[in-house]
Amino acid sequence: MKKTRMVLGLSLVAISGLIFMAADHADAPAVTGNANDITDVYAFQGQDTNNMVFVVNTQGLLTPGATALATFNENVLQEINIDTDGDNVEDLVIQAIRDGKEMHFFGPYAPNSTGVNSTINSKEESGKVKITPYGSAPIIESEHGMKFFAGPRDDPFFFDLGQFKHILAGEATSFNNPGTDTFARTNVLSTIIELPKSMLGNSSTINIWAVTGKRQ
Amino acid sequence: MKTLNFKIIAIAFIGASSLFVSCDNTDSTSESNTDQAARKGKKFSGTFVQQDQMARPAINTVFIGSGAPKDAFNASIPSEMGASYQGIFQSRLLALNSGYTTNALGQTAAQLTGLLSTDVLNVSKVAPTTFFDGTNVLTGRNAADDVIDVELLLIFGGPTGASNPGLTSDHVNSNDKSFTASFPYLASAW
Repeated sequence: MKKTRMVLGLSLVAISGLIFMAADHADAPAVTGNANDITDVYAFQGQDTNNMVFVVNTQGLLTPGATALATFNENVLQEINIDTDGDNVEDLVIQAIRDGKEMHFFGPYAPNSTGVNSTINSKEESGKVKITPYGSAPIIESEHGMKFFAGPRDDPFFFDLGQFKHILAGEATSFNNPGTDTFARTNVLSTIIELPKSMLGNSSTINIWAVTGKRQ
Repeated sequence: MKTLNFKIIAIAFIGASSLFVSCDNTDSTSESNTDQAARKGKKFSGTFVQQDQMARPAINTVFIGSGAPKDAFNASIPSEMGASYQGIFQSRLLALNSGYTTNALGQTAAQLTGLLSTDVLNVSKVAPTTFFDGTNVLTGRNAADDVIDVELLLIFGGPTGASNPGLTSDHVNSNDKSFTASFPYLASAW
């Protein structure tokens, strides 16, 4: 009985048009299929535990054949927002934007303003790295104690999205064991930054989120 | 499939525009330093308006209705999300699992959706970073973290995690390539 109710609930959701495109791959109409689409965000302690690593992945579900043609857009700013005092408003930003064959990085620095509009203070440039071409060994630059990478990587996300869609559609009542990774053999464009935790304020915890912004 | 075709076309288009940009850059090798500096200044000028926003995995995709509301969520900022979205998230949660009471963290529907509707990733600078490792909860997100199982468990698993056993794991427990111990950590592209 309980299961029936739940499946009914799932079906209603499916009917109401919910499409689960995990993690956030092609999550909304305006970003689907373009450089603005963030697929996943990661934040973890580095190999050197004094460091923090931020990963922003964009343009998901790239087949191997499509990956060589996928590029970062020079009019799309990637920004990691960092709240150091728990009010969910950014106190620091790290920004990345492509110029030609390079990705340029700014910050972390306190932005002039918060909210949906961002500008770059070019005086805050902290480093740059040549964008790694598809099929090449990763190109890494180190500056100011920070490390930078930009280029195609295997999509680290894994999920049996196909079966979940069947469940939502009422065509199945459970996952398979083993499941099938919908994101196997697909790539993303990754922007990866490692930096000393000491550059992220004095608090013991931070709140972070990534945004993409389009130049007006 | 249609979507995939569209993506390939879109990607090809983006690729084509980037070729023009590359040509510009080749031209610029003869620029004076001043011209180059001016061009660089322009490269980084302008106002960038938020298009996509993301922190915790799959939040927009799971909890926001399709179409325009998804774009609206992506254009919103975390400090304003709780007030606008907690109720919407709670309705979605109860549509996904009408039998929801509490979850393995002891959260009511209001508490879980109150947490999730403010889409930020909580990151510890002093504890191990993980989405959930059995001990630490929401202290970051590692590439290897099975975040979907965590979210399925919190949505479907009930107070002990034992409810709806067919829905609390997708049984895809790891990535299809290994991660590296050192920077840049993610595996090479396929």
